[in-house]
Amino acid sequence: MTMAVASLGGRLPITAGRRELALIAIWTVLLTVPLWLPLLGGYTALAGRVLVFGLAAMGLNMLLGFTGVLSFGHAAYFGLGAYGAGLTLRYLVHSTPLAMLAGTLLGGLAGTLFGMLIVRRRGVYFAMCTIAFGQLWYYLAYSWNSFTGGFDGLRDFQRAAIELGPFTLHIEDGGTVFYFFLLAIFAVAVTLMGLLLRSPFGRTLLAIRENERRARFLGIPVERHIWLSFSISCFFTALAGTLYALLNNFADPMALHYSLSGYFVVMTVIGGMRTFWGPLLGAAVFVSLQDYISSMTVNWMSFVGAVFILVVLFFPRGLLGTMRRRLKE
Amino acid sequence: MIQLILFNVTNGLIIGAFYVLMALGLSLILNLSNVINFAHGNFLALGGYLAFTLSPTLGYWGALLVSPFLTALIGFAVERLMIRRIYNRDPVYSLLLTFGLAFVMQDAARYIWGPNGLPMGLPAILAQPITNNLFFITYYRIFMVAVVIVAVAGLFAFLRYTRVGLRIRAGTFDLETVSTLGVNVRHLRTFNFALGCLLAGLSGVLAAGQIGLNPNMGDDLLMPSFIAIIVGGVGSLIGTLFGGLLIGMAAALTTVVYPSASEAVIYGILMAVLLIRPRGLVGEEGMLS
Repeated sequence: MTMAVASLGGRLPITAGRRELALIAIWTVLLTVPLWLPLLGGYTALAGRVLVFGLAAMGLNMLLGFTGVLSFGHAAYFGLGAYGAGLTLRYLVHSTPLAMLAGTLLGGLAGTLFGMLIVRRRGVYFAMCTIAFGQLWYYLAYSWNSFTGGFDGLRDFQRAAIELGPFTLHIEDGGTVFYFFLLAIFAVAVTLMGLLLRSPFGRTLLAIRENERRARFLGIPVERHIWLSFSISCFFTALAGTLYALLNNFADPMALHYSLSGYFVVMTVIGGMRTFWGPLLGAAVFVSLQDYISSMTVNWMSFVGAVFILVVLFFPRGLLGTMRRRLKE
Repeated sequence: MIQLILFNVTNGLIIGAFYVLMALGLSLILNLSNVINFAHGNFLALGGYLAFTLSPTLGYWGALLVSPFLTALIGFAVERLMIRRIYNRDPVYSLLLTFGLAFVMQDAARYIWGPNGLPMGLPAILAQPITNNLFFITYYRIFMVAVVIVAVAGLFAFLRYTRVGLRIRAGTFDLETVSTLGVNVRHLRTFNFALGCLLAGLSGVLAAGQIGLNPNMGDDLLMPSFIAIIVGGVGSLIGTLFGGLLIGMAAALTTVVYPSASEAVIYGILMAVLLIRPRGLVGEEGMLS
């Protein structure tokens, strides 16, 4: 089913055979993670983090890479997803699917409402509005101590096993079962995103990215499309946020902070903004780099900052973007 | 009660003054170069730390005068080495670049001056209160506000009455035409960036005397400064001035009634402006889109 997702966004025709080969490779790597990751010295929770951040960055990339609109505040929707899921599990009902639904709706609807206010802004001004609005939720989570746990984050909730008729999915133990649970959700979300981007709607977004004025003259309601793209992108990122809360059994204000928004953007750029799978690859690179560096030195901030600067100055197309360019030549 | 209100009004004025200085620098850079400088708070911290290091040799007054210019010099170098390379690229790159720069600068400050807070010594004459009755109004607070007023007036006079200032203002509206008329836009942008950093450095020295020094002292000012720019209206420096004072005052007065909502009020104003008057209080129509 997931094979239907194609690599998107390129104007060049990648031959069909090569595309299918790439897809088979990607899914094989993802499905066999529990087998090979320990050999490299990694742990399965690390792979889970890559999937979660990868999904968030792919959600962002729908807006950034495929619509050409820059949000620097997507951590807000990620964090709202995480808090929505965490608060549901803690105060309302001990059910993983309901928690995910609540978190996704909370983050997605917040994005939809806010998107309405800012669709007319463009470029850095749009980005500035998204940053400022995103920080609102950070301060809210930070200062509403009694409800959200404040600075220390929201604790005391556990992901619950999922009953599927006669079967029970024991995701509460973590490990391999939980990884495959994450991968299944990831696969469904990414397939949906791929279908959406291949639909006429997705093509229209590309048209807006390439030439907004021409799209407008063709009678495309540009604002409505940007708004929809922003909202849908927020829903995907919020879903990733709920998975983040489930992964850690914890939600903290840093999941809402604008530096996380920056991480999402840099993941997207490292992997390749205008490629479908780029953000996932970027997330893998970023997460493993951060994990490695923070175990080596306390000055990890300098390294992360240096990565940002070096990527911008010397590697703006990202891994897949560069690769695609090579293939073209 | 009167004392409490007066206390918070002075607080609001001072916080607002800091927002204004920060936001004016950010606004200058944003208007001419279309770059959001995430590292602006780190230039502020840099100004404070430089003053801290220089004041044993130069004395407080010397450090107050010199360190903003040193900050501007470093801003000049940063613009030359990095920022100018991304002017013609997608805005995502300028955000990532200054964002990474902010991380590096914060870590560098922590490495050089240590992670803990440092106190900034003040001359005895500034440290004392004016009267015992209003103990919270020290000479330093009045001094800060006076310096900010002079700096802002100086900036506006500079932009209005000098040739370079005129070019900066013209470039805000139409950089291409300014370039066609024979102005070296590259130099203009470099100068403008350094000017923004000068303001950040100055607010850093002033803030150091009030709250002391720490590596992330500029972080808390960054977000309100963004909001001040949006509320005042992107593209208008007068708007930024009013925006900064407005949110500083609003936050301080909320503290009188309900302290924990003082941040929320700032965001409330932001939402109200985006909802009712998207171009900002003083902003030009179309500047934002």
